[in-house]
Amino acid sequence: MSALLHASAPVRQRVHWNERIAHAALIAVALAMLAFLAGPLAAILQQSLQDAQGRFAGLANFVAYAKTPALLDSLWNSVWVSLVVTLVTIPAAFGFAYALTRSRMRWKALARTITLVPLLAPSLLAAISLIYWFGNQGLLKAWLGRLGIDQIYGAPGIVVAEIFSTFPHALMILITALAAADARLYEAADSMGTSAARKFFTITLPGAKYGLISAALVTFTLVITDFGIPKVIGGSFNVLATDIFKLVIGQQDFSKGAVVALLLLAPAVLTFAADHWVSKRQTAMLTARAVPYAPKRAPWFDAAMSAYCVIVCALILAMLGMAVFASFASFWPYNLAPSLRHYAMGLFDAEVGDAFVNSLAMSAGTALCGAALVFVAAYMLEKTQGLKPLRSLVRLLAMLPMAVPGLVLGLGYIFFFNAPANPLNPLYHTLTLMTICTIVHFYTTGHLTAVTALKSLDAEFESVSASLKVPFYKTFWRVTLPICTPALVDIARYFFINAMTTISAVVFLYAPETKVASIAILNLDEAGEIGAAAAMAVLIAVANTVATFGFMALSWWIDRRTQAWKQR
Amino acid sequence: MSDATYLRLAGIRKDFGAFTALSHIDLDIANGEFVCFLGPSGCGKTTLLRIIAGLEVQTAGRIELAGRDISALPPAKRDYGIVFQSYALFPNLTVADNVAYGLTNRKVPKAQARERVAELLSLVGLPGSEAKYPAQLSGGQQQRIALARALATAPRLLLLDEPLSALDAIVRVKLRQEIRSLQRQLGVTTIMVTHDQEEAFAVADRIVVMNQGAIEQVGDAMQVYREPRSLFVADFVGRINVLAATAVDGGRLRVGSHEFHCPHAFRGGSELRVYLRPEDVLARPIPAGDPNVFEALIEKIEFMGPYCLVRVDSPVLGQHKLTVYLSLNYLAEAQLEVGSRLPLRLVPERMRIFE
Repeated sequence: MSALLHASAPVRQRVHWNERIAHAALIAVALAMLAFLAGPLAAILQQSLQDAQGRFAGLANFVAYAKTPALLDSLWNSVWVSLVVTLVTIPAAFGFAYALTRSRMRWKALARTITLVPLLAPSLLAAISLIYWFGNQGLLKAWLGRLGIDQIYGAPGIVVAEIFSTFPHALMILITALAAADARLYEAADSMGTSAARKFFTITLPGAKYGLISAALVTFTLVITDFGIPKVIGGSFNVLATDIFKLVIGQQDFSKGAVVALLLLAPAVLTFAADHWVSKRQTAMLTARAVPYAPKRAPWFDAAMSAYCVIVCALILAMLGMAVFASFASFWPYNLAPSLRHYAMGLFDAEVGDAFVNSLAMSAGTALCGAALVFVAAYMLEKTQGLKPLRSLVRLLAMLPMAVPGLVLGLGYIFFFNAPANPLNPLYHTLTLMTICTIVHFYTTGHLTAVTALKSLDAEFESVSASLKVPFYKTFWRVTLPICTPALVDIARYFFINAMTTISAVVFLYAPETKVASIAILNLDEAGEIGAAAAMAVLIAVANTVATFGFMALSWWIDRRTQAWKQR
Repeated sequence: MSDATYLRLAGIRKDFGAFTALSHIDLDIANGEFVCFLGPSGCGKTTLLRIIAGLEVQTAGRIELAGRDISALPPAKRDYGIVFQSYALFPNLTVADNVAYGLTNRKVPKAQARERVAELLSLVGLPGSEAKYPAQLSGGQQQRIALARALATAPRLLLLDEPLSALDAIVRVKLRQEIRSLQRQLGVTTIMVTHDQEEAFAVADRIVVMNQGAIEQVGDAMQVYREPRSLFVADFVGRINVLAATAVDGGRLRVGSHEFHCPHAFRGGSELRVYLRPEDVLARPIPAGDPNVFEALIEKIEFMGPYCLVRVDSPVLGQHKLTVYLSLNYLAEAQLEVGSRLPLRLVPERMRIFE
């Protein structure tokens, strides 16, 4: 009977009032993402199609760019430098990851920790260290000549510093790829008497294939979009990232700057697409039945792996140590007696102290608001129903920041928020906008962490709550949030550390009174105060180390208070 | 509608894009009844349960609960408790907090809630486990807590989505009996989804056999087993022998070169399929001169415990081979082994014949 009555119009479930709260939150997230991500990116596109007077110019700016040989040189420089760095970093990091996951060498935790230290300092610290080692007054300048290199400034310096700064990123991806090994494959191979080399090429390498691709793409993108290192040690060697800065800040040629920004966006978007494709495949690789691989003792192999790791760790410590040492040196290279001269000079004379306070405020804001926003948005996406088209849009916008270099995002912020017609214009030059920009810049990693944590929860929690007539927000507060606090602390820590060290996202956005420490370091270096620059970079690393310990303590404390259920 | 009907499904259809997951679902469930949705994976049984719960929305059709149209109501506006295969217990809350989860929200006074939790925990056989966390309990215990949580607010409908599938065999058998007696005791109308026919037989008042998004048959265990209404039901529920036969006039049919008696008359010459359970082929007694007796040869004996699954071949049946149950005692008594010959008899009234 009723089948006929209902056949025409599909049944639509009435929306419960508390579901409307979830919808409102999702709409708010979508609007924020449109305003602070899509808007600025659209502004770049618009700018690239306009002439200096703001009239539509079609592709004229692109044509003009292609006719400027100096700019084309930069494009080529960016590409080959990034390629060289990728080709060195990936095998180096693979070897290290292999040692950590597939050997029985000792002190693995220590080795791993040392490789993570560079992440605590701004990437340009590597460039500063290199100048102290191999610069005009460098300790080992003579070695350069023997290698047939005239000077460290330019491509050689950029390549070495980038290898150093991208190494931890590539390493993290490769450790994950190599750690996810199925011992049964190796046992099967052993039972058939397979040689070690054959096992490596038929099991290990194919298993880590997607990790390798992903690490290579990430490394390439990090190098081609990095601004700090080429700025400090690039000398007259121009790359895309420094070009944008010169065009926009030096020549105020916004249209051409927008063209270069789009060029920089291209490899990043490609990387993003490729990475997305790769990660989709990766999920199918490991089955739930896999048996984790445990390396066997092999004295010669373990010794060789240990030796390799010692060398790499020594290089990393040499790089970090030099910056620390030089920051305390009274007058490089003539008087190496320790003093706090550079620290005093940087903090007080150059007023980096204020910038430091700004940095801390911005990082704290990024950590707090970023973690809260990321988690709530991910929850709304993963655990609530309805508004399907909007969900897809928010999902896409959450992944997009990974593909947008900081410089490009920052440039978009100028175009978008500096426009007098924009009602959000008063935000321009404020620490608030810089905080927002930093949150957006590092959004994707936080988002993925939150989504992973949420996906590991039983999908039926929400169904059970609904059947018990408990509104979703109560379950969010009583169950989801407590279980996910460790992930939340992780996200906050990630935001904090990156906000302390970021340069590219905020280099276009600060006003004198909202300058942050990482930018101040760049300015000190430009002014020739490299000692003070090193000192301030070391201070950032120290602040980040303290913060990391703080987050660890917080994690431990929360764990004790809320994760009692984990103990059996 | 009869007064006893508690849940009525009429014309339920569910499309996922171009794929039709459910169609023409009409079903009345009586107050206090225990119904099982039984079918292979992908038959739509879980989707149907989730539609009743409001967790999925049907494309078309009407759902009435106690005479009230709930077709378009969100889950929180319906009245049911639900238990999932994964238990879905909140891991960071104690057993007491889990069970009281729905009570707390209804502003039940604390003392009263505590009392109710204690009552439910003894009901599911875990008294005194209030302070434990789910991770400290075994799978079977966790599922009991999930059951207590679902029953805490005294819903009149209980939905069980493969509640026993994640448990090991012995716990599964024990818990299903407990669920059954609990259901009798409380009189709560219950729907359980399962792919395990034995489970359905053991607990259900009525079984709804589903296949490819449609209901194949509704009936009690004996009806579904003895009188399957379709080839699918006969095949899915229990073991079955399938014989191709040709009807011969006068209530007989021919399989291979042998003519068997059957209780129904078919038009001579029509092609038939005879479905016969292994236990409906008897080795004793063998009455003399019975037309349904034939000589068979043992090809394979599979030991199953008290009885054996025996595959037999017979020259009179053509290419057909039969699987029959023979008790261990009989095999020993008659000294039967692979290669032995024995007479067998098909029970005519047990044959299910499809044209």
